[in-house]
Parts: sequence; structure tokens; C-alpha cells
Amino acid sequence: MSVATLHHADVHGAHDTHHEHHHHETFITKYVFSQDHKMIAKQFLITGIIWAFIGGLFSVLFRLQLGYPESTFPWLEDIFGHWAAGGKLKPEFYYALVTMHGTILVFFVLTAGLSGTFANFLIPLQVGARDMASPMLNMLSYWFFFLASIIMFCSLFVQTGPASGGWTIYPPLSALGDASSGSKIGMDLWLVSMAMFIVSSLLGGLNYISTILNMRTKGMSMTRMPLTVWALFFTAVLGVLSFPVLLSGAILLLFDRNLGTSFYLSDIVVAGKILPNEGGSAILFQHLFWFLGHPEVYIILLPAMGMSSEIISVNSRKPIFGYMAMVGSMFAIAILAFLVWAHHMFVTGLNPFLGSVFVLLTLLIAVPSAIKVFNWLTTLWKGSIRFTPGMLFAIGFVSLFISGGLTGIFLGNSALDVHLHDTYFVVAHFHIVMGVASFFGMFAGVYHWFPKMFGRYLNNTMAYIHFWVTIVGAYLIFWPMHYEGLAGMPRRYFDYSNWESFKQFASLNQFISFVAMIVFAVQLLFVFNFFYSIFKGRKVTSLNPWGSNTLEWTTPLRPGHGNWPGEIPEVHRGPYDYGKDGNEFIPQTTPVGEHESHH
Amino acid sequence: MKAFLMVLLGVLIFVVIFQIAKASEYVSVLKGEEKTRRQNNRINAFLLMGLLIFGLIGVWYCNELYYGKTLFPQGSASVEGEKIDTMLYITIAITGVVFVITQILLFWFSYKYQESDNRKAFYYPHNNKLELLWTTVPAIFLTVLVVFGLKYWFKITADAPSNALVVEVTGHQFAWEFRYPGADGVLGKKNFKLTTSKNNLGVDFSDPASKDDIHLSNTMHIPVGVPIKMVIHSQDVIHDVGLPHFRLKMDAVPGIPTTQWFTPKYTTAEMKQRTGNPDFTYEIACDQLCGANHFAMRGVIIVETMEEYKKWLAEQKSEYATLFEKKEETKPVADSVAPKQTAQVLPAQK
Repeated sequence: MSVATLHHADVHGAHDTHHEHHHHETFITKYVFSQDHKMIAKQFLITGIIWAFIGGLFSVLFRLQLGYPESTFPWLEDIFGHWAAGGKLKPEFYYALVTMHGTILVFFVLTAGLSGTFANFLIPLQVGARDMASPMLNMLSYWFFFLASIIMFCSLFVQTGPASGGWTIYPPLSALGDASSGSKIGMDLWLVSMAMFIVSSLLGGLNYISTILNMRTKGMSMTRMPLTVWALFFTAVLGVLSFPVLLSGAILLLFDRNLGTSFYLSDIVVAGKILPNEGGSAILFQHLFWFLGHPEVYIILLPAMGMSSEIISVNSRKPIFGYMAMVGSMFAIAILAFLVWAHHMFVTGLNPFLGSVFVLLTLLIAVPSAIKVFNWLTTLWKGSIRFTPGMLFAIGFVSLFISGGLTGIFLGNSALDVHLHDTYFVVAHFHIVMGVASFFGMFAGVYHWFPKMFGRYLNNTMAYIHFWVTIVGAYLIFWPMHYEGLAGMPRRYFDYSNWESFKQFASLNQFISFVAMIVFAVQLLFVFNFFYSIFKGRKVTSLNPWGSNTLEWTTPLRPGHGNWPGEIPEVHRGPYDYGKDGNEFIPQTTPVGEHESHH
Repeated sequence: MKAFLMVLLGVLIFVVIFQIAKASEYVSVLKGEEKTRRQNNRINAFLLMGLLIFGLIGVWYCNELYYGKTLFPQGSASVEGEKIDTMLYITIAITGVVFVITQILLFWFSYKYQESDNRKAFYYPHNNKLELLWTTVPAIFLTVLVVFGLKYWFKITADAPSNALVVEVTGHQFAWEFRYPGADGVLGKKNFKLTTSKNNLGVDFSDPASKDDIHLSNTMHIPVGVPIKMVIHSQDVIHDVGLPHFRLKMDAVPGIPTTQWFTPKYTTAEMKQRTGNPDFTYEIACDQLCGANHFAMRGVIIVETMEEYKKWLAEQKSEYATLFEKKEETKPVADSVAPKQTAQVLPAQK
């Protein structure tokens, strides 16, 4: 803490007198080993976009197999060689693609790409700080993520293939090279990469927490912080408390794989060999994994909630309804996130009494979630709504959060979960509520803060096409999957054509694959729009283009390292005084007037 | 060539969209940005309303198309599964109402309260009564769901009835093995270290209880109307005995045996009639990713009438006999003990 405070004083001193002329920045210090939180945010975002492209492409490839199991595509063999011999994916390769799709999107895109980008970009700007508590650790956070990325990327090219036991890497499958070719060197690389990733996440998280607690500008009390900052705060706390548990689980798995320990292994005969391991528990890993794995869902979701709250309020020209209830419900979600992990394990032979406790705690999450939904709806009510691309994605987020949240009530109830567990119902549920919804939050954030990041706008026409095709496509892809799940169709199958119970969905699978390809193509339009607009987009001319109250819009058009050239502005009010006393908006820096009404 | 043309077409569409997007930006500058913004606002508000209407029609249409393909119209094939079906209907009713109301409010508010010159935003920062209302109402509905859910959960996870017929199910990459306890009603002891290519389950054949155990692969026979208790093992990685028609699922974990039980309501033949599908089969789907051929780890359950089951059982030969009594191969062991065996292996009639 003392280091953080010292550095804080130092940054203040330096920049308050010298403004932006302090550093002699080279290309390397400005764009590569930058310690400016805004540049680090952009590094996370661009790395995240690259990973999203790879992860999305993988999903298109395995959807090709699911949609067209009878067809062959010779060009696949041209690209992937023996992994797609005869123009058809091998099951091993299919499972590798599924596994890497999950790993990449859950961790590299929706954790690092989402939190890494927006926590870095928004926390100092919105609480009124020159930079993070420790810019150095912040830089290391990105470079550990980069290292993790490189290792994971390399694992795609090893001879026995990358990890292919699912992103949840349950042992013994992930522990035994004899059980699956993906559990050979690819799995070790996966674990090492995740260890680096966790280091990155911890360095980032500790920084976000200390910045929020210690470096808020004068007048910025905790209850005057924008909901984005609150969301990113809870996200960071969740990450710091839960990622180490995954790290320990991963290290024990490395031991089981390479040092002959038996943490997760017992009574195993594989490939005709009787293994000596006895006394371990395969279920232990699932407890360790889901102790991170469930908070992870909220690590992904909370930033999207926070940003959507902010964007909905700004573009409805109304205060967010029930600010304290919004903070309180996020707090409740964050606490409950730690107490529900075993709802992923209802069919592992869990003690039924223990299961019942997890049912109760899991369904409790629906209460704060309902509060949030109704508060968003009331925020829209009697607003004066502007449909910027960011706003459309925020509204889409709410719609998806409702749709996907409600199916959580099915899955959280253990009796129903027994039928729905590991079917396409689960795939539909978590893709809607965690995958697509969080992506919508992320897109909302990118469209909303792009002008602040790059001083230019994204092209609106492409943005609108992106939104409309994505939301319609997302529902067309994932809604019908609920029916497949109700029919008990298992997830993670390479081919359903030999199953009497599931083959009736062949034409539906084809339809889903077709829509998935279109939606993927439209994401390429977004990526193009993103990179094109960085250089050629319409220039921002107004300091505060959305008429927003928060502090980031009081900085110059292209803020340098240190964010404000002069003093850091002082804050006099909460962030959501929109439409108050006949004013369209009242920035946080405006002092409270004598005759101003109180609420 | 075809792939190349497809890529070319994609690129072409991209270029067209990009040119239109660029042009629209210039047009907006010419027309006045504020005017264009207002116009876009109206178009998007209208489209959001369209999304709501077509979305709700789509949900209804999807239901028409696919509900019949789920397992629910034909009903649960197990007595216990009926509770799960009831649970599903209660949950669909409650969440369905919430879904429709909240989605309508979301898109209707978006449309109705789009920016307009005639109206200013209404400053409404909070209302504790309203917030209390939508804390307590969901809490009450969730309590209902939790109470029903747990009631059923404790019923289906309770100990199997004492008259249940025991079958041991063992999963391995990538097949299912079944073991019936034979005439003595007791399964012989196992030890994974005894596993050989012949003794593939690692049964300790020095245990007298193992002598009459019957082993089967991939196809399992059970009688209708009697509780069946599965004792589930795995030899290598985690598998899962998924029985969608019976609404059941239980992991097979190496080193930690699990159990599940159910009472089949309909024989396979009856289900063929009920579903109108002459190929109907009760399938065991592995529901836990277990390696490259996970998707092909298919088991079959044949549910028969008690008479058919008894007849089938009488024809089975014990594994011990198959392995060690080669000379008597022509004379199935089960024959000589058939009457006694069926009497004990079958659960007492209630």
C-alpha cells in the first residue's frame, strides 16, 4: 500500500508541473513497453480481438462438422493436413477445436480482453487518477498475458495437438496422455499458459483494487463512483480471490501428470495398463476448478453489466434507476458467486444434502439479477433514448441477460439439472448469458469509449449492420439449442447421426451452423471497422460527444500519459445527474447549486 | 474452386458494405449530422419494435417446430422422471411469463421513449418501494421453485427401494459393460489390479459370489415396472450414464462408485408404439467428454416384460463359466440353476 501511495504522490508531482512534456517517449516506451494505462488497455483490447478472431474461427470449423457431418471439404485437408484427412475433421481435432474455443473465449477474450481493456482504460479515467497504483505491475500484467498467449498459441502447433479435454480440463482425461492425444504435451502447455495467465490476472486485479481504493480524486467518494468502476472493482476482487485456487488445482494436475502423484487419480486402467495411483479423487479437481470457474462467470459478466448500466443511463438521458440497489445487487452477486460452485457437479454423485444447499444458494442469485433487470427497465422508462451503436448493444445485453438468466433457473434446480446437465440446453444457456451477453457488453463499451480511446468515431453504418445481424443471429443460433437440450442431446459430440434419439436434429444443426458462419462474417466487419477507424475514422471534435457526466470526458481529446494536463478535477456529485432540475446533464465536476433539489 | 469463389463473393460483399458505409458518412455530413442522427434513431427504434414482434413470433414458431422433437410430449419413460417433467412445466410456466413480460417492456420502452422534441427525460433516480417489490416478488417465486425442486431432488436421490434389481455399469473408453449379480444376488468383489484382457472388469474370481455373475457389453436388459439400481464405475476417465428417456444422469468416476435408480414404465416395444417410431431405442449416452470417441460411446437398454426378461436371463451364461469352464461350453450353466436363480435375482413382488 505504501508503495502505491508513494508512487501516487510521485506521479502527481511530476505531471502537475510538467504536464505531458515530462517523458521523452520512444516507439518502444509508447507502444510496446508502455506504462500508460490507456495504452495497456489498447494492447489488451487488440490482443483480445486477435484471440476472438481465432476462437471464433475455431467455432466455425467445428460447426462445419456439426452442420455437415456427411460432407467432406478438401480445402480443410490442404490447411490442416492429417488432422483433416480426406476433408473431414478427425474427432481428436474436433475436440481440440472445441477445447481451444472455450479456453480462448472464456479466458483470453472475455476475461483478459474485457476486464483487461476496460478496467485499465476506465478506472483511472473515471475515478480521477493519473494512472494505476503501479504502472509497472500493470505493464507486467499485459506482458504476462502476452506470454500466456504465446504459449497457448504454440500449443496449437505441437505434433500431438493442443489440449482437447474441454476447457474444464477434468482429470483423469486431462491427466493421462494415454487417454487422449490432446493430453500429451499440449496439455502441459495449456497448464503453463494458464499459470502465466493467472499471474497476469492477479497483477492486474491487485492494481485495479488498490487504484480504486486509494487513488480516487478529491470528492470522489465510493458512492459517487460510476457503476462501471463498481463492477470492475467487484470483478477484480473475484479474480484475486478465486484465480489462485485454479492455479493450485492446475499445479496439482501438473504434478499428477509429470511427477507421479495421485491427487486426482485412483483405480485406473487405461490403454491396457494398470496405473499404480490409488487414493486420489477426480472430483477434488472439479471442486478446485469450479471454485474459480463459477466466479469466473461473473468476472466475465460484471464488467458487461457495469458498462451497460452506464451506457443505458447516458443514452436514456436519465439517472440509472436505484444506484445503491445496483451496487448492492452486484455485491450480492459477487458474494454468492463464491458459494454456488457445486451446481456444476449435481450429477457427480454429490451428497444430495450438499446439493440442496447449492440449489438454494444458486437460485438466490436470481434475486439480485431480477433487481438489476427491473432497474434497467425503469431507467429506460420515460427516458429520451438515443440509439447509438453502444446503446443498442447495451439494450441487446439486457435482452440476452434476461433470456440466458432465466434458463439458469432450470439448471440451478438440481432435479431438473439431472435431465439437462451437459446437454445443448447448457450450451444455449451459457452462450447466451455469459458468452454473447458479455460480448454485447464489450461491444457496447468499445462503441461508447472508442472516441476517447482513439479520438475518432467508428463508422455508424457498419456498426448498425454489426448490431442487427449479431443480435438476430445470436438468437437464431442459440434459441433452438434449448430444444435439442430438452431432448437430451449431449454437448461435445462429434457426430449425432448414429443416435436414434438425437439424429432428428440434423437439419436444425445445419441451420445453426449456417447462421453461425454469417454471424462470424459480420464480426469480421466489426474488426475491419475497428482497425480502419483507428486511422481513418471521422475525427471527434467535441470533448464530450455523448453528453456524459463522468470524468473521462473532462480530459483532452487525446489525453497524454497523466490524463489531465492541469489539476485533476474535483468531484462534487454522483455520476448520474441526467435530466435533473431541467438540465440535460450535470457533469460530476459541477458544484452542487444552492437551490438544487435533493433526492 | 468453389471455395475460392465463395471467398471472392464474401470479399465483394464486404467491399460493397464498406463503400455504402463510407458514402453514408459523407451523406450525413451533407444532410446535417443532427438530422441524420435523428433519422437513424427513428429507424433503430422501429427495428427494435420489429425485433420484439418477430422475436415473439419466432419463439412461438420454434416451439411449434421443435417441441414435438423433444422428449416431453411422449412423457417420461420412468416413474421418477414424471416428477422432473412436472418440475420442468412449473419452471417453464414461471420463467415463460417473466420472459415475455420483461422482453416486451424492454423493447416497448425503447420504442416508446425514443428521443423526441416533445418530451424531456423524466428524472427518476430511485423508489425504494418499487425496488422492494421486485426484490420480494422474485424471491417468493424462487422459493416455490426451490421447494418443489428440492422435494423432487430428495425423492430421486433417496436410497433405492430394497426390492430393486441391481446392475453394475462400468464405463471405459469407449464402451459400457454390465454385470448382473446372478443367483446369489451378490456381485463378486473387484480389484482394478486384477484387470487383464480376459478379465476386463478386474473381478476377483476367488470370491464365491463372482461365480454366477453375468457380464454383458453395451446392451443391457431390464424388466419393466421394477426399480432398477445402477451401481456405476469407471475404469479410466470420467464418463456419464445419460438416460434421457428416463430423465437420469450420473457420472462414472474412477475410484468412486456412484448409484442411480429408476423404475421403467414402458417396454421398448411399448415405446415403439407410443412414439410411432419402429426404430425407437433406449440409448445410454455418455454425457461427460471422455476422449476422441466420446460421441460413439453408445449403450442400449432393452426394457422387456417380466416374462421376456426371465426367459432372457435363463439363457445367459455366467462370466466365470465362460472363462473357466470351457469343457462344459455346450451346456450353459444358467440352465441348471435357472429356476432358483430367477427366483432370487428378481425383486420380491409388491
